[in-house]
Amino acid sequence: MVKIASWGRLSNDPHHVVPLVEPRYVSQQLGDTLPGVVFGNGRSYGDTGLNPGGTLWSSRGLNHLMEFNRSTGLLRCESGILLGEIQKIVIPAGWMVPVTPGTQLVTVGGAIANDVHGKNHHVMGSFGDHVTRLTLLRTNGETIECGPDYRPDWFAATLGGIGLTGVIVEATLQLRRVPGPWLETETVSYEDLNGFFALADESEAEWENTVSWIDCVGVRSNRGLFMRGNFKDLKVSTTALPEPSGQSKNFPFVPPVSLVNKLSLRPFNDFYYWINKRKTGRQVMHYQPFFYPLDNLHNWNRMYGPRGFYQYQSVVPREVGKDAVAAMLAEIGQSGQGSFLAVLKTFGDRQSKGLLSFPQPGVTLALDFPNQGSRTLELMTRLDAVVREAKGRIYLGKDARMPRDLFEAGYPRLNEFLRYRDPGISSAMSRRLID
Amino acid sequence: MKKKIVIVGATSSMATHCARLWAATNDEVEFILLGRDAVKLERLAADLSARNARVSVQTTCVDFEDPAAIQATVSSIAANGAVDIVLIAHGSLGDQARCQEDLVLNKSELIVNAVSPVLYAEAFAQAMEKTGEGTLAIIGSVAGDRGRKSNYVYGSAKGLVTRYAQGLQHRFADTAIKVVLIKPGPTDTPMTAHLKVQGMRLDPVDVVAKGIVQAIEAGKAVAYIPGKWWVIMMIIRHLPSFIFNKMNI
Repeated sequence: MVKIASWGRLSNDPHHVVPLVEPRYVSQQLGDTLPGVVFGNGRSYGDTGLNPGGTLWSSRGLNHLMEFNRSTGLLRCESGILLGEIQKIVIPAGWMVPVTPGTQLVTVGGAIANDVHGKNHHVMGSFGDHVTRLTLLRTNGETIECGPDYRPDWFAATLGGIGLTGVIVEATLQLRRVPGPWLETETVSYEDLNGFFALADESEAEWENTVSWIDCVGVRSNRGLFMRGNFKDLKVSTTALPEPSGQSKNFPFVPPVSLVNKLSLRPFNDFYYWINKRKTGRQVMHYQPFFYPLDNLHNWNRMYGPRGFYQYQSVVPREVGKDAVAAMLAEIGQSGQGSFLAVLKTFGDRQSKGLLSFPQPGVTLALDFPNQGSRTLELMTRLDAVVREAKGRIYLGKDARMPRDLFEAGYPRLNEFLRYRDPGISSAMSRRLID
Repeated sequence: MKKKIVIVGATSSMATHCARLWAATNDEVEFILLGRDAVKLERLAADLSARNARVSVQTTCVDFEDPAAIQATVSSIAANGAVDIVLIAHGSLGDQARCQEDLVLNKSELIVNAVSPVLYAEAFAQAMEKTGEGTLAIIGSVAGDRGRKSNYVYGSAKGLVTRYAQGLQHRFADTAIKVVLIKPGPTDTPMTAHLKVQGMRLDPVDVVAKGIVQAIEAGKAVAYIPGKWWVIMMIIRHLPSFIFNKMNI
């Protein structure tokens, strides 16, 4: 048994870890050790990839590329390879993974199972929009190939299906062309939510990537910084720009208390706002710091101390978006708790293909709260009320505590999904929300 | 630059990661991958070819124990032109307690970890001697530095590899041929999965692979990877027996 924590570090329970390293033996391994659930690179925040006391099938050994067609951009690979490992290989060839989340340290299998989204949702949709085929191994030994145009029902269930329909062992991705690793970016500060929505509306047509940091403990209003970027052909001038050194730092220990706390939050947010406000304007940036600002600080999740932290990411429809976000920010303001890595973004009108996919048209707010026990849980219950009333939903890949009724209300296609459930797969989340 | 690289035991986790690093360079690399399992070899060949359009890969299924087969394999590779780098990477970490009880298992562990790698090394040494160039790298282990009760079957086999490599270095001292003995510490690979469960600290395989590729590039005679193992093994080698024998390692 090995102790395993997810990214939120809320628990650290022993698991029986079974490394999957050879595709041809995986089926046998699943049958011998079920019930279990796949664990990829451990970037889910909550309990999707945990199974305390039980089996975890570790997929990182399934990390081989299978075929890369440099003229069509079709890439077939095993499911345990990281998006970052793929990017390093395909970008020099003029291609890129079309959709990546805020970290590239996630596996292809995890990106499918959570149908992840990125800063370009309004243009590119979610990860599943670029998967042309996947291979699913059921724990009864059956192999199911599926894709958007081949057995699409299985594809829709597996996409965003948090690993519960079987073990994804390989996938084919349609990459997109990029002129190189550089983006032309612009940072614009805004003073309140109206400012945010105005910038979001204005940016969607012209900018492929948009995201914003919002100060959720601002004194007078919820000011923030809106970041947008487009890939740019910089063949001529790249020599003047240094590539990132590739050097990374490590958060070396778990501090005895969360460094994000009542005393530090306001200065942290003030500092971040003022430092970045000075840098507003246009700038050429490498894709790594633009898309994955925290990937070079390993174990940053340790800064929340020994009790870990909760992520709370919701999406609410656009019509009620402003009111709902304002209501959530007001709850946070009153609670005296708060978030440092608060992210606000609008989703495009594309409907995701997955039955349990998170992205839907509207506005999404992601918040992090250091775990302070019942105080934090109570705050999130109040946020739930806002989400419920707005007919929104909460992101499964980040959740560790949502109540069942909110899950069922937010994911109306759950019953359809259940027909594709693999009975040999069980996770802490499936027991909490489904079984 | 064009490079020809032969890897024996290519599908081992360490060798695979080294091959990926070589495939990521701007060099035009011709890989010849040797191993016992055709399915695994093909899987790695596809991976390396997908990584870089300048890479070409051949695979050959080989016998690890039959001297005549080893000789024939190496001769046919040598007949196709000089090789720049040979990495001999195969090995097995058998259970020490079982090896003590089962002499058949004991023998097969000694052969795959000691006799087989040095026969490959000798065969490639002959080929390199003819062309007068090339780098011959062999993966030994820190375990080969001193016999310990917890793994002396594996350790003594790696000890034989160490002495053999020294002999080759002596023999080629006046030539351009470089013999590199790699001594990794415990590394996080499928071979050591059981050690990880027991709570042993293991170095990440990509870090170790980077060290191996750098040591080969530099033509180092002996490379402890990561470097801290040079210090640790220096101490362990020099501990007097009356202290060492009391230690539970």
